[in-house]
Amino acid sequence: MSLTPQEFDYLEKKIGRKPNPLELQIVAAEWSEHCSYKSSKKHLKTLPREGKRVISGPGYDSGVLDVGDGYVITVHIESHNHPSAVEPYGGAATGVGGVIRDILSAGTRPIAILDGLRFGDIEKDMHARWLFKNAVRGIADYGNCLGIPTVGGEIEFDKCFTNYALVDVASVGFGKKERLIQNRADKGDYVVLIGGSTGRDGIGGSQFASDKLESENRSAVQIPDPFIEKLVIEAILEARNQNCIKAMKDLGGGGLSCAISETSDALSVGIELDVSLIHKREQNMSPTELMVSESQERMLVITSPEKLQKLKEICEKLRVSYSVVGKVTTDHTMQIMSEKNTVAKLPSDVVANAPLLDRPASVPKYLATISSIKKPKTPNLSKTLLKMLSNPNIASKRWVYTQYDHEVGIRTVIKPGQDAPVLRLDNGKFLSIKIDGNSKHCYVNPKQGVIGCFDEACRNVVCTGATPIGMVDHLQFGNPEDPEIFWTFKESIEGIIEYAKYFQIPCVGGKVSLYNETDNGPIKPTPLIGVLGLIEHKPLIPQKAKGNDHLIIVGITKDELGGSEYYEYIHDIVGGVCPTVDLQSSKANQEAVLEIIKQDLVKSAHDCSKGGLGVAVSEICMTHDIGCLVSVDKVPSESLKDDELLFSESHSRFLIVADPSKLKMIKNVLEKHKVKHEVIGKFSGKNIVFKNKTKTIASVRVDKAQEKWLNSLGSLVSHG
Amino acid sequence: MRVAVIVFPGSNCDRDMHHVLTDVFKLESQLVWHTDELPKNIDAIVLPGGFSYGDRLRAGVIAAHSPVIAQVKKMAEKGMPILGVCNGFQILTEAGLLPGALLKNTSLSYICRWTEIIVKNNKTPFTNKFKLNQRIPIAIANGEGRYYADKETLHLLKKNNQIVFTYAEDVNGSTMNIASICNKEGNVVGMMPHPERSAEQILNPKDAKPASMIFESLLNTLGVTA
Repeated sequence: MSLTPQEFDYLEKKIGRKPNPLELQIVAAEWSEHCSYKSSKKHLKTLPREGKRVISGPGYDSGVLDVGDGYVITVHIESHNHPSAVEPYGGAATGVGGVIRDILSAGTRPIAILDGLRFGDIEKDMHARWLFKNAVRGIADYGNCLGIPTVGGEIEFDKCFTNYALVDVASVGFGKKERLIQNRADKGDYVVLIGGSTGRDGIGGSQFASDKLESENRSAVQIPDPFIEKLVIEAILEARNQNCIKAMKDLGGGGLSCAISETSDALSVGIELDVSLIHKREQNMSPTELMVSESQERMLVITSPEKLQKLKEICEKLRVSYSVVGKVTTDHTMQIMSEKNTVAKLPSDVVANAPLLDRPASVPKYLATISSIKKPKTPNLSKTLLKMLSNPNIASKRWVYTQYDHEVGIRTVIKPGQDAPVLRLDNGKFLSIKIDGNSKHCYVNPKQGVIGCFDEACRNVVCTGATPIGMVDHLQFGNPEDPEIFWTFKESIEGIIEYAKYFQIPCVGGKVSLYNETDNGPIKPTPLIGVLGLIEHKPLIPQKAKGNDHLIIVGITKDELGGSEYYEYIHDIVGGVCPTVDLQSSKANQEAVLEIIKQDLVKSAHDCSKGGLGVAVSEICMTHDIGCLVSVDKVPSESLKDDELLFSESHSRFLIVADPSKLKMIKNVLEKHKVKHEVIGKFSGKNIVFKNKTKTIASVRVDKAQEKWLNSLGSLVSHG
Repeated sequence: MRVAVIVFPGSNCDRDMHHVLTDVFKLESQLVWHTDELPKNIDAIVLPGGFSYGDRLRAGVIAAHSPVIAQVKKMAEKGMPILGVCNGFQILTEAGLLPGALLKNTSLSYICRWTEIIVKNNKTPFTNKFKLNQRIPIAIANGEGRYYADKETLHLLKKNNQIVFTYAEDVNGSTMNIASICNKEGNVVGMMPHPERSAEQILNPKDAKPASMIFESLLNTLGVTA
């Protein structure tokens, strides 16, 4: 919970004296890995951030994209892993709260939440089940109360998350470009702390999150209060409408220490703050506790002397607590007072800019041992398919998303449970957003794994008719001081850059979470990619598949089962060749599918990923309550065994459902784009049947499949 | 024709309701903060959904003591059409304007999904355009949505034709699958499902026409031809 000797020396040199204990705590909070990105910043700088829609400004906590007609969307992603592993309900709830305030900081109204959740093996591990159940409840109770719809996400279970949890929350905001907070400050402006009172919760949270999880430090976990957050949102948006906000920052990790130093540094001003003026929920709090408390639902607002009264009135009307805690100065320092005595005085740029590290990296030894595996014998594929559908990683997440209010705000045009949710925007356009991660692929091949996640997220939004316009990343790894772990981090960044540059999708935000380890060791590399897609005219709302509709596959199925659900869940094999994305053909496939969607030629489009073709076809059949006869011999593929054809997780593949009358036109477009495709099946009856020439290789009844797929997750949690 | 949409601290469907009334059904509607006076020239009142006071103590109970509720009660007595949706329904029961109570769902979880409700009373200001037993595809979203009333109250509800909608299936354990009731006079209606989420075709996975008739009924009541 303090600085390293080198950092201490650096600080002493920079300020020309020994820091006092409070100053040391302020700096330690800001220089924690969590707040300073000291291990990752050097590499993050290389991500491509430019794009025609990207709007950047000083001090924005979220990415801003211009969606035309004077409107912008904002997006941000964060995790709350350590707190959620200790106290899943509060940890997950405050994770939602934190990212919402980042969206609010830009001056936009949050309009959607997505979550990526990861836990241990919930089929066997009761603790993992407890974590899962309570994290979901935490997100539901918080997001539902705020009236911000939780529209999507993804969930993965893997033994590497035993005794741990990854809780990632992404949020999207929407607003008028002219109302974006400009983030400027002048001498004499007031610094106002708005929202929840400051208490002794979340003390040292950012440092707690910057170390391996050893002890259950509950006092480092923040306490959620969604009702206060809701009032803060309305107060801030009203204050924005009345031009009462010159600059704004959310209080998150590192509490006031980070908010003050980062604001002062980003705006090139000084801030003088008196901690005795802060509204508190506990007595006798020391200046140190006040400066590092991570109590929730707080915003730091800078307002002009002329607007202070109006700001107070807005807070009073909504009964939101506030305290005028300081003033803007010109000397580029943060000066902390307590009862008019100076208790800390530091140059903001020193506090806000931790000395960066250049960590060593080396290829992990495990990669050599898992690259070649002995292929499993083909089991009974009908039984295997049913087992795959009840696999918690593949089973319907209905139990989760029905607990989230995903309709509030009346924007949700495509609901959870489809490839990607779609929200309507006020300018007549639509926004699609998806987050994807895959720790199993990323373990087998960190670089190709993350490229695959990126490709999958793009495919998901393409399936709704959207063109990708921006991305966010959330990079989650173990201890960066381990060169082998750091190597996987660097590989992930390289993968993201490669894909983002080729597809010209700017990175508009992100977050890094390191030290995700327990006594059992580090998590698998788990980068998460969020992709935003814009639909200019009309989204593809999936229409019901009917008898005689045709099934078309786009893309090639390859011998790529490393890290697949089939290898890991059915055969307990970790390793082999992980799916690799051919950028050129993937781009062609996406463009071709987008064109047939825009020409209104298809009834629905689906991404083919986790669980492969077998699962993807079954999902369509189960959703639309109809059978399908698929000829796997027609699937464009390398020479593969039947089980590989069904369960390979090769990327860049789409399944298209179309009326027979549209086939010719679809084929014309696909041929124009020179993409591999084939009509592989026809919908009819009540069975999902896969044939290789004349031989039936797998056959399951739709209702049997539905029973497994729809209920397995809920019954595991409800009866466990 | 003006509709007041009351906003309590923690209401979160107020803007959705306002949008549907104003932009979709061209009713002039106005958001009214719970400590403000009701505007003089209003013709109907809507209490929207959300989590007033964060559902503290019990859903709706604190809002039921808001200053505006006294005025709502007066308007109710005068026969003004009043609709409470979701948390609005909870507030109406807590304020004593409607009988019974809304308890935690039998699943003990929040439930957000689409279902169907059945028209049981087509005489209220919000249902007069329906045929009896007509089905309405509609969104539900609640944690404390299970309608409960004692035997005597249920008997009176039936006798006085106060059951407005029932669920077509058991969604949350509500007594007799009740989704909506009205007061004896029929002008105050509380419903758990969300008509404002269901009346635009782009949002409704089935048919939005029936849900839109809840608003068209109000237009009809207020003498506006839809």
